[in-house]
Amino acid sequence: MKAKPLSLHIPEPKARPGDTPDFSDLEIPSAGTVSRPAVDTSAKAMHDYAYDLVRVLDDDGNAVGDWDPKLDPDILRQGLRAMMLTRAYDDRMYRVQRQGKTSFYLKCTGEEAIACSQAIALQDRDMMFPSYRQQGLLIARGWSLVDMMNQVYSNTKDRLKGRQLPIMYSSKECGFFTISGNLGTQFCQAVGWAMASAYKGDTAIAASWVGDGTTAEADFHSGMTFASVYQAPVILNVVNNQWAISSYQGFAGGEQTTFASRAVGYGLPGLRVDGNDFLAVYAVTKWAEERARNNLGPTLIEHFTYRADAHSTSDDPSAYRPKEESERWPLGDPIERLKDHLIGLGQWSEEQHDELAKELKEQVKQAGKEAEANGTLGQGPQLSAKYMFEDVYKEMPWHLREQRQELGV
Amino acid sequence: MSRMNMIQAINSALDTMMDRDPDVLVFGEDVGYFGGVFRCTAGLQEKYGPTRCFDTPIAEGGIVATAIGMAAYGLRPVAEIQFADYIYPAFDQIVSEAARMRYRSSGEFTSPMVIRSPCGGGIFGGQTHSQSPEGLFTHVAGLKTVMPSNPYDAKGLLIASIEDDDPVLFFEPKRIYNGPFDGHHDRPVQPWTKHAKGEVPDEYYRIELGKAEVTRAGNDLTILTYGTMVHVAECAVEETGVDAEVIDLRTLLPIDVEAIENSVKKTGRCVIVHEATKTSGFGAELMALVQERCFYHLEAPIERVTGWDTPYPHAFEWEYFPGPARVQKAIRKVLEIEGVA
Repeated sequence: MKAKPLSLHIPEPKARPGDTPDFSDLEIPSAGTVSRPAVDTSAKAMHDYAYDLVRVLDDDGNAVGDWDPKLDPDILRQGLRAMMLTRAYDDRMYRVQRQGKTSFYLKCTGEEAIACSQAIALQDRDMMFPSYRQQGLLIARGWSLVDMMNQVYSNTKDRLKGRQLPIMYSSKECGFFTISGNLGTQFCQAVGWAMASAYKGDTAIAASWVGDGTTAEADFHSGMTFASVYQAPVILNVVNNQWAISSYQGFAGGEQTTFASRAVGYGLPGLRVDGNDFLAVYAVTKWAEERARNNLGPTLIEHFTYRADAHSTSDDPSAYRPKEESERWPLGDPIERLKDHLIGLGQWSEEQHDELAKELKEQVKQAGKEAEANGTLGQGPQLSAKYMFEDVYKEMPWHLREQRQELGV
Repeated sequence: MSRMNMIQAINSALDTMMDRDPDVLVFGEDVGYFGGVFRCTAGLQEKYGPTRCFDTPIAEGGIVATAIGMAAYGLRPVAEIQFADYIYPAFDQIVSEAARMRYRSSGEFTSPMVIRSPCGGGIFGGQTHSQSPEGLFTHVAGLKTVMPSNPYDAKGLLIASIEDDDPVLFFEPKRIYNGPFDGHHDRPVQPWTKHAKGEVPDEYYRIELGKAEVTRAGNDLTILTYGTMVHVAECAVEETGVDAEVIDLRTLLPIDVEAIENSVKKTGRCVIVHEATKTSGFGAELMALVQERCFYHLEAPIERVTGWDTPYPHAFEWEYFPGPARVQKAIRKVLEIEGVA
């Protein structure tokens, strides 16, 4: 019998430019329908969570169900402020890049709830190993905007001395590990850090973030393996924002299963959470934090969200996805959702919101002025090129000394 | 002082450092309970417990990434990559991460860690148990690369590497673990117990990184070499009867350029010997350094003796391995130009 010819499968997103975005096939359970297990529940008993979706805020802005963290309104306002400040910061830095004041910028629009709530859920001494789209961690922890901008401008006050691409921040003091830019390398490093903390009998835990696309990297799987093998006190986050530059999450395996389900094969609890729901992200992170802190091991969290803007200033998403896709995203905007919730609680108002938006815009503007006084990329005061040769090694070897002398700096 | 082979000396260095510093952790594939496929970590788990010396998943990238995270926390991890041939899955973590941690964070985060890995051929290991990839790492800013040639140096250099605040690649030529193999594969190898460098102090001592050693003083030519080839070169010199100076570089980066310069300026002739492949190998860097610094003292073109530019072949081990005959040929060539030999 003649065999039927084989055919090769190439994943394809449902909508391309010109098509009408269609999210009707997404299974989105109502808020409050997923139960909250005890933090010491065995990974084996948690398989369903990897395919479900933890949601707390319903369509009317009410917090419902087991996972409601019942946060104090002050914390909610703190979170709202952090998200709005992150967006205001992104907006300004995007513009200054367009004005030619720096080479590159990368926004996190639509994903603010993840970093901002997680920074608040973690403790100060915990070490965060972010990817490049978690600027909200620094901002929610109250890190100086001027310091961040100095880095983006590679100016005279840039603590990283002009060596790193804009937005590749580092702040040990803030518990923010130096961003690599190579995808996923930090995942297993976070596990190593967590193992060291456990070895030393410390109480600090680690957390790391990668995108959906990065789950395809070997480093993601090494991180999962080592975390599982050594039961490291670490929270491993996959921010599934649907797009890795122009490749939709189907190219990382998302067409066949959820990213949280990667945890099942490693024997870890995997939780899938509405990433645009500040309360749900906070609650799930607290669950994982408590588990790690109590030496009960690591957790994988998939944050189901949408990259509402371009990958970076070097990208134009209208070339590969419908323009109106972000508006059609069924899980809404994280800032609007938390705002509605606070208003519903009687703890916030439209007027206060507008007022705060203005205040934050002004705060960012002032920080911008201060940072720009230290120079921008190629304009105004500039760093000495001598810094190029420092910190390659603790002590400068002869060959670098010679090269520095050759350059005459 | 004890008589040690190189395995015992490496074990002694790890033992010494684990004893002195509770932040020194040793791990890798088969490293824990079993003590390593070459036995370099034998007894350490028993002595220090399974949280200080342990087995890892077979994931070299994960091993190095874990070490980087531990080092960032403040520990001093010593990771073993079972064979240098298996180091490539960890290449990104070594090159893009460990090497650049200090630089990219302006010293906020550093990677004080050692990656130990047996390298080199001569054991009929074929293409996956014989490689000498040191040149891939000397090309990377931010890494230090070390290769000892004897038990005494192995211990002192490994201790200095563990204490170093930068990431160190520590390559161990496995062919000389048990004795100073001189390239004559058809003759028995003398054990280290009969060699002066097999005398190893039991206690702590350091051999500073970046310092070469003149293992044989001479006036007619300089041989720059390291690892197993130190013994091959010495043997070739003995058999040729020339008055050659043999320099064991010990640390490839940072390189001891002063030792190289002093010697080549004195002798005016230079042969470079390594086991790794030739093209873009570390020998090319050595040649460039000698040319840049000693050109007007040179009396003959510099010669390179290296492995051929092929994958390491199983059945043609001794045609591939740059043995004493090929070193002798190079020696004669640089000397014959003036008709000395």
